[in-house]
Amino acid sequence: MPDALLALQALNAHYGDFQALYGVNLSVEPGEVVAVIGANGAGKTTMLRSIAGLLRNAPEAIRWKGQGIGALRADQVAALGIALVPEGRLLFPSLSVEENLIIGGQLGRKGPWSLQRVYDLFPILKERRHQQSTSLSGGQQQMVAIGRALMSNPELVLMDEISLGLAPVIIRQIYEALPGIVGEGLTAVIVEQDIAKALSVSQRVYCLQEGRVSLEGQSQSVPREEITRAYFGV
Amino acid sequence: MDWLNAIIQGTLLGGLYALFAAGLSLIFGVMRLVNIAHGDLIVLSAYIALSFGVSLGLNPLVALLLVVPSMALIGYALQRLILNRTMGEDLLPPLLVTFGLSVILQNVLLMGYSADPQNLQAGAIETASVNLGPVAVGVMPVLVFVTAVVVIAALQWMFYRTALGRAFRATSDRQDVAQLMGLNRAHIFGLAMALSLAVTALAGVFLGIRTAFDPAAGGARLIFGFEAVIIGGLGNLWGTLAGGVILGVAQTLGAKIDPGYQILAGHIVFLIILALRPRGLFPRIDG
Amino acid sequence: MTLRPTLTVTRRTRLSTAWLILLVPIMLLLIAAPWWAGRADLRLMGEIALYMSLAVLWNLLAGYAGLVSVGQQAYVGFGGYLFFALTMLAGLHPYTALPLVVLAGFVISAPVAVLIFRLRGAYFAIGTWVVAEVFRLSFAQVSSLGGGSGTSLSPDIVRSLADGRDAREAVAWWLALGAVVLVIGAVVWLLRSRQGVALTAIRDNELAARSLGIDIWRTKFTVYVLVSGLTALIGALIFLQKLRISPDAAFSANDWTAFVIFIVVIGGIGTLEGPILGTLVFFALRETLADLGTLYLIALGVVAIVIMLFAPRGLWGFLRDRWGLELFPLSRRVSGLAKKEA
Repeated sequence: MPDALLALQALNAHYGDFQALYGVNLSVEPGEVVAVIGANGAGKTTMLRSIAGLLRNAPEAIRWKGQGIGALRADQVAALGIALVPEGRLLFPSLSVEENLIIGGQLGRKGPWSLQRVYDLFPILKERRHQQSTSLSGGQQQMVAIGRALMSNPELVLMDEISLGLAPVIIRQIYEALPGIVGEGLTAVIVEQDIAKALSVSQRVYCLQEGRVSLEGQSQSVPREEITRAYFGV
Repeated sequence: MDWLNAIIQGTLLGGLYALFAAGLSLIFGVMRLVNIAHGDLIVLSAYIALSFGVSLGLNPLVALLLVVPSMALIGYALQRLILNRTMGEDLLPPLLVTFGLSVILQNVLLMGYSADPQNLQAGAIETASVNLGPVAVGVMPVLVFVTAVVVIAALQWMFYRTALGRAFRATSDRQDVAQLMGLNRAHIFGLAMALSLAVTALAGVFLGIRTAFDPAAGGARLIFGFEAVIIGGLGNLWGTLAGGVILGVAQTLGAKIDPGYQILAGHIVFLIILALRPRGLFPRIDG
Repeated sequence: MTLRPTLTVTRRTRLSTAWLILLVPIMLLLIAAPWWAGRADLRLMGEIALYMSLAVLWNLLAGYAGLVSVGQQAYVGFGGYLFFALTMLAGLHPYTALPLVVLAGFVISAPVAVLIFRLRGAYFAIGTWVVAEVFRLSFAQVSSLGGGSGTSLSPDIVRSLADGRDAREAVAWWLALGAVVLVIGAVVWLLRSRQGVALTAIRDNELAARSLGIDIWRTKFTVYVLVSGLTALIGALIFLQKLRISPDAAFSANDWTAFVIFIVVIGGIGTLEGPILGTLVFFALRETLADLGTLYLIALGVVAIVIMLFAPRGLWGFLRDRWGLELFPLSRRVSGLAKKEA
């Protein structure tokens, strides 16, 4: 059986003395969209940060195309083609909208995404390209954050709670753009608190509960009660 | 007329102080690091120019071609080997480590060169002067001032118009997220320090040509650079130039009143500005 | 139904109690030093006591209040010069002059604090250095105290301390011993007080301390003024010993800041025992390695950097982290907690 694109094997994560993840197993196949849901503090962000290299782990706990990358630095992971849209957007305040996007393409990887293409996807950003990035509305900042990640032409994009703090109409707008983003063979792991949205765009879903995987299933067919049980740990 | 002369001399002196300060300002902007050894590194540059001059028979202005890359390399190595380990939330490690470096540098220079004051001989250009209307100004001070303006303009251009500058700004904003863009933080910080010390090399050579220097001269240079930065306002390179000029003018006017008051006058003006405008005259960021 | 365990909060540990008991004979021995120590040894012990005072004070400032000053030499010199001025120019007896020096130190450090507290972090540090330079340059202008080349303490003043050379050496020693006991006592008292708890909170996490309602500015201000006044006292005693003062010696950054910082860093910053241990180690090294001047400073600098990078809590910090040792009863421990469930 060929290696999954991304595989987490018994991933443990710690913040000092506090353990946030307990033996998480997860796999992602090329071209898939995998959703990860769970309550606050379940460990979803910790998991994404671990994959992205912001948290150090055991090398073999995170495998990318069969290679252990758990101990790599974030910039090394980025060079492999894994991009993170971080929770809270975290744009660079000293950079304009356009500069935020350009720096996303810092690594110069080849691919379908370019500045023009991001502007096609999110036209409002073109209008505001020279503005200070943090002067934009929440939804627009989210667009910049997503565009920034896409500019690196990744093979895998990790999205951490992109709907957090946004008005429903904006969330809908962004999620409507998602198929256009993911369509071209880009693989995605989407962490969401909005369960309905998460299920609507993904093929498979994992649920994390207090640092452990409590559910794994097909997004379209997993029963509601199972999700509720897995989400709340009852 | 004498006062006008003093003001002009002070302004030109401000160029040298701005050069002292530019390196300090740069690394504070990128890394929030204040290098206590900065003044001693300026003095180190002067000594390196001295050694190149003695061994290769080079005019110090020509030796700059060797001193600048040497200091840049030293800066990169210093940052990556030692200072990168001090970067973090705690303010004590970088302060105490750079303080230790300052003491080590001063004493190594003392062992290597003795405490005798030294001078860099640049030849005829040192005494050449040019007439600016009613006053005569030295060519060297004008050269230094012009260099300061060019360097600051170049740094501004680099910061706001190049990929490296973008990388600096992004890393300064959010180190972690900058790593997500594929920027190696350790390398970026190394480059920033290399650039800072390249500017410091210029400052050191100009200092050595202008006055006598000895291993203990670093402290005063650090203070002048620091005063220029604070007067001008943090995070603003042009402000630093203004700060340097104000400091230079304060000192030369003070010297006019009494030669012994020169440095004290500068300190007093600094303290007054600190009292009235604690963030400086043209601040861009907060300390 | 399980009974609620009785919890007691105590500051004492077996070690700290043993230490405090041991202190009594140690103090008696030290007070009796003029009778068993030679003249040179007595002077050395005096020097150790004064450096220890400076170290304990600097540690309170930097390790607890987070105010890293590289300009405390301002107050050492100020204390020295003021003592010379009060005794020689104002004709006061040394014993009268000393407490006045402390008060004057409080008075002058207050406006200085207001000014330089506008700076933060490393900029604050350099600001303290500027202040020290201003003091140095200002005192160098005072011709009645020797201007740039300084002056000596007149023999009358020296004689007014006691009759006979031996008696004077004894008095100088007792003054130094008294000073270090006063300083350590003041610091212990401060750390055990409410202000002290606030300080420890600030040391550990300033932002959290502020959110608890602790007035950071006022606490830091109090500590700065207290430390500066006492530093001035030490300065007065230092130059009383040296019998001569000059601007460069009085305001020497090397002597009164570099060495002190290295002592505290090596001993362990942020603990009370650290500077004490550090001073002893520093002098042990100095006496055994013979004063190699520049090489010694370079070695110290290297050791301090290595410690800061790899063992930032210093010697005592290492011992404390390893075995929870504490000599002075400062931190509160809770006893009587039931064991945690496995």
